[in-house]
Amino acid sequence: MIIMEHVCKSYKIAKRNAGLSEACKALFCREYEVIHALSDVSFTIRDGEMVGYIGPNGAGKSSTIKILSGILTPDSGVVKVDGRIPYKNRMEHVKEIGVVFGQRSQLWWDVPVIDSFELLKDIYSIPKETYHANLEELTELLHLTELLRSPVRQLSLGQRMRCEIAASLLHSPRILFLDEPTIGLDAVSKIAVREFIKKQNELHKTTVILTTHDMQDIEALSQRIILIGKGKILLDGTLDDIKRGDAGIDETVAELYRAYDI
Amino acid sequence: MLLKIKGAVRLYWHYLSINVRCAMQYKTSFFLTALGQFLVSFNVFLGIYFMFRRFRAVDGFTYSEVLLCFSVTLMEFSLAEMFARGFDLFPEMVRTGSFDQVLVRPQNEILQVLGSKFELTRIGRMLQAVVMFWYGVSHSGVDWSFSKIATVIFMLIGGCAVFSGLFLIYAALCFFTLEGLEFMNVLTDGAREYGRYPVSIYGKKMLLVTTFLIPYALVQYYPLLYLLGKDSRPFLIYVPLLAVWFLLPSYALWRFGVRHYQSSGS
Repeated sequence: MIIMEHVCKSYKIAKRNAGLSEACKALFCREYEVIHALSDVSFTIRDGEMVGYIGPNGAGKSSTIKILSGILTPDSGVVKVDGRIPYKNRMEHVKEIGVVFGQRSQLWWDVPVIDSFELLKDIYSIPKETYHANLEELTELLHLTELLRSPVRQLSLGQRMRCEIAASLLHSPRILFLDEPTIGLDAVSKIAVREFIKKQNELHKTTVILTTHDMQDIEALSQRIILIGKGKILLDGTLDDIKRGDAGIDETVAELYRAYDI
Repeated sequence: MLLKIKGAVRLYWHYLSINVRCAMQYKTSFFLTALGQFLVSFNVFLGIYFMFRRFRAVDGFTYSEVLLCFSVTLMEFSLAEMFARGFDLFPEMVRTGSFDQVLVRPQNEILQVLGSKFELTRIGRMLQAVVMFWYGVSHSGVDWSFSKIATVIFMLIGGCAVFSGLFLIYAALCFFTLEGLEFMNVLTDGAREYGRYPVSIYGKKMLLVTTFLIPYALVQYYPLLYLLGKDSRPFLIYVPLLAVWFLLPSYALWRFGVRHYQSSGS
């Protein structure tokens, strides 16, 4: 159970105009601008739900994920994940979650994938039996047999993403955060990733929160959509709620963005 | 608690082994860099050598005594660089956001940052230091005893702690700004360079600063006096261990930084 109530988060960002003289001036006196990444965000996600979290760039999606995974501390509001406060009991909390940042790798670049997995086994103190059972299952579902022994730098993006997802599930987390998991993938890999996420949710009742710009991801995966724009929750409902007539999903969402002026 | 420490040590070894495996992927590069490190330090050695061709002693220290001093400082620095290099690369971690990855793992942040990079090529510098140390030992006429060997070991421990503390401060500052951190090199690389000679030659003020503020003198000057028999008070054996206190403020600053962490965009 994930509860967010009236959560606000703002960043202080240094600003300056272009040019060398401006850069020198900024050295001595900085101007800051406060950016409200999240203002009064509230939602509840039940166990085993799959939720698509969408919104334009800079809407606050990543900030939400980072707060829920204990990386950032909100300025105000209540955050509870299975009764824990992520940023207060970081260690306890992160044992129970898996996080995939689509644009960053958690695997060691120069060594075979299996070496990174073995390290994760120690990091999460996964019992031997659990580790082997999980590894076997993930290898089968994500077709990793061929990949496990190749160095990460020799994998294609699609292959690497499959390994990343496996890496974040080795410790059987109850909740999985996916931040743009299909970014830059080809059609085959995308479908493979989607299929897997779906199966994971059905088999293990893993709660999945997924941010994406790919509306096909949403269509394939989530019954529920949360739309965020300029740090505010604009819509919380099902895909059918927002569909009008037989317009495609991309048009529908673009229309939605326009309607909310985000 | 004991189980936790055991787990941490195990994980640390695992990190070390994965780093070795990474380094071995590029063997030629590894050996060339190590050789380079060896030669760079050899240069410094030559510098001291030629200097002593002209002067017989500096502030009462002879050639081999200065070598002994420098080699110990170099060993301390190389060890710290090998094992605490992760902090040196920390700005990159903050900039690219891979520190987020660290925060979503159920392990101590420092352990993970340390594990992220071991600079094993520093073995070259270490080797140079060991050669110099051996030369210094055999020519300075030190009367070796159990307590003197202990002093050297304590010097290495204390020195490693001081340099690691500096690296930790450097990393902690990254939480507040990513610009202009070069000035920290004055303290780290600078200390290595100035550590060639016993701190006392730089004057009384410098000695005070390095005794109480950044405790280089505790791991270099005072125990050196004991080693060379210039001062035989036995408490000097343990003085290098006092330098470990330096890790406390460094750690406090780091904790403060982690709480201040803002993360970078997606």
